[in-house]
Amino acid sequence: MSHRRIRFYGAAGQVGTIAVTLLGLLLLTFFIGRLMPADPVRAMVGEDATRETYEQVYRSLGLDRPLWEQFFYYLRDVFTGNFGTSIRTGQPVIQDILHVMPATIELATFAILIGAGLGVPLGVFAAVNKDRWPDHVVRVFSLFGHSMPIFWTGMIALIVFYAHFGLVGGSGRMDQFYIGLVDERTGFLLIDSLIAGEMDVFWSAVNHIILPAALLGYSSSAYITRMTRSFMLDQLGQEYVTTARVKGLSRNQTIWQHAFINIRVQLVTIIALAYGSLLEGAVLIETVFAWPGFGQYLTNNLITGDMNAVMTCVLIVGVIFIGLNLLSDVLYRIFDPRTH
Amino acid sequence: MEKPILEVDNLRIRYGGASTEAVRGVTFTLGRERLGIVGESGSGKSTVGRALLRLLPGATITADTLRFGDRELLTLSEREMLKVRGRHMSMILQDPKFSLNPIRRVGDQVAETYLRHFRCSKTEARDKALAMLEAVKIRDPKRVYQQYPHEISGGMGQRVMIAMMLLADPDLVIADEPTSALDVTVRLQVLNILDGLVRDRGIGLIMISHDLNLVRNFCDRVLIMYAGRVVETLAARDLDRAEHPYTRGLLAAQPKIGGGRAPLAVLDRQPEWLEEKA
Repeated sequence: MSHRRIRFYGAAGQVGTIAVTLLGLLLLTFFIGRLMPADPVRAMVGEDATRETYEQVYRSLGLDRPLWEQFFYYLRDVFTGNFGTSIRTGQPVIQDILHVMPATIELATFAILIGAGLGVPLGVFAAVNKDRWPDHVVRVFSLFGHSMPIFWTGMIALIVFYAHFGLVGGSGRMDQFYIGLVDERTGFLLIDSLIAGEMDVFWSAVNHIILPAALLGYSSSAYITRMTRSFMLDQLGQEYVTTARVKGLSRNQTIWQHAFINIRVQLVTIIALAYGSLLEGAVLIETVFAWPGFGQYLTNNLITGDMNAVMTCVLIVGVIFIGLNLLSDVLYRIFDPRTH
Repeated sequence: MEKPILEVDNLRIRYGGASTEAVRGVTFTLGRERLGIVGESGSGKSTVGRALLRLLPGATITADTLRFGDRELLTLSEREMLKVRGRHMSMILQDPKFSLNPIRRVGDQVAETYLRHFRCSKTEARDKALAMLEAVKIRDPKRVYQQYPHEISGGMGQRVMIAMMLLADPDLVIADEPTSALDVTVRLQVLNILDGLVRDRGIGLIMISHDLNLVRNFCDRVLIMYAGRVVETLAARDLDRAEHPYTRGLLAAQPKIGGGRAPLAVLDRQPEWLEEKA
C-alpha cells in the first residue's frame, strides 16, 4: 500500500509542479508582452491614425484596465484556446503557428536524429579512448561543430553541395516546380507527399531537408558528444565495470551491456533538451535555406511587434520544454529501478 | 607435492608514467591453499591481485614466470585472457554497494558469469545462479534473484558477489578486502560461507587484507608486503613468531580488548626495508 501511496503522491506532486510552472510561464509571457518596447496599438492602426482611433483601439484591447485584470482576461483567453489575431497576417495566431510548426518539427526531428546518431557513438568512443588521439580528434571535430557560425556553414554548404556538386536540393522545402502539387493535410511535407503518392515530391523534400538537417545535427552533436563523454567516463570509473571484466566480459561487452545502459536516462534527457531548442526554430538556418518555419515566424513577429503572436510563440516554447522535462522524469522512473 | 595452481616469479608492475615500480620483484607459489597477502595501504597487495587477472590498464607488468595452471599469463592474448577471467580465475571485490551494477537485477548479474562461459540456455543459467545463491546461504533465492542491488543489504550483496565469482567453478579466487566494507556482525558469516565453499570445491584462495587476525584465522599461509616487496612469508599459525621488524611492528600496533590503556606502538619504518634482499 505504501508503494502505491508514494506513487500517487509522486504523480500528484508532478501535476502540481506542472500547474505552478505553467502559471509562472503565463505570467512571464504576459509581462514580456507588456514590457516590450513595441506599441501594439500603433502596429494595428498605423502611423497616420487619428488620436480618436488610437484611443478607441487602445480601449477595445483592454489596455486601459488595471494589469491584474488584463492578466485575468489573458488567462481566460488562453484556457479557452483563444490566442488572438495576428496583426501582421490578420489570421488567428494559432492557425499561423499550426502552419509553420510542421516545417520546423520535420527539420528538428531529422536534425536530432543526425545529432544523436553522431554525438552518442562519438562520445562513447572518446570516453573509451580518454586522453589518447581518438579523444582529441573527436574533441576538435565537435569543437568545430560548436563554434562555426551556422549561417556561414549553411552558405558554404549550399555553395559546395548544391551549387557546385548538385548533390542536394537548394533552399526551400522542395523544388519550385513541385510547390502546390500536394495537398496540405498534416503540414508535414514528407508525410503529405507519401499520402498523395507523389514520390517525386517526397524525394525532392528529402533532398531539400538533408543539408539543413545535417548542419543543425552537426552543431547539436557537439553538445551531445561532450555530455555523452563525461557521463560515460563517470560510469567507466565505477567498480561494477571492473566486476564485469573480472567475470570475463570483453571491453566492448562491458561498455555497452554495463556502462552504457547506466547513462541511457541522462542521455535521453539531454537529447530531449537539445530537441527542444531545435523546435524553438533555428532562425539562422531557416533564413539561409528559406525554410518557412517557426524560427522565422517568431523573429518576424518580434520585429513587427505583433504582440499576440509573440506571446503565443513564447508560450508554446515553454510548453514544449515542460513537456520534455516531464518526459525525462517519466523515463527516469521507468529505467532506473532505484526510483521505484 | 602436487603441482601448484599459480607460480609467480619476480613480478614487477609499473603504472604508466610512474617513476618507481608499485610492485618490485614479488615471488610466491600457490597450491590448493588459502594464502593471505597483508600489508599497509599502498604496499602493492591489490595491485598484485589485479595484475594476475591482467586488469591494470596503463600499467606495465613483467615477470620471469607468471604461470597459472599450464598457462603463461603474460603471453596470453586478450582473447585468451577473456576465457580465463571469470572461468578459471576470478576476484571478489571490496564493496558490493559499488561492485554490482545498480540497474540490473542481482540474479541476472550472477547468471551472466555462466552465460559468458558455457553454451547454455537462459533458463539453465538461471537455475545455476539460483542454486549458487542458495549455496551462499541466501534464504529466498527466487526473490533475491529479482531484486536490484540497492534493495539488498551489504552482507547479502557480498554473498551475491561470492556466488557470481564462484559460479563457473574457478581454480583460483582472489578476494580483495572482501569484508572491509561490511558491518562487523556479518563479516564472520560472509567469511565462513566463502571459506566453506573454497574448501569444498578445492579452490585456491588469495585473500588480500590489512586485517592480521582475519588472515590468521582464514588462511594457511601469509605473505607480508611492504613497499611493493614481500618482506616475509609465514604459516598463518606462526604469525606471532614473525621475525621481520615490519611484521613485528604491525603485530605490536594492534589493540587488544581488555589490554592496557597505553598508546599503541607506532611503526618505526627503516630505510633498509625498502632494499631488495641480496
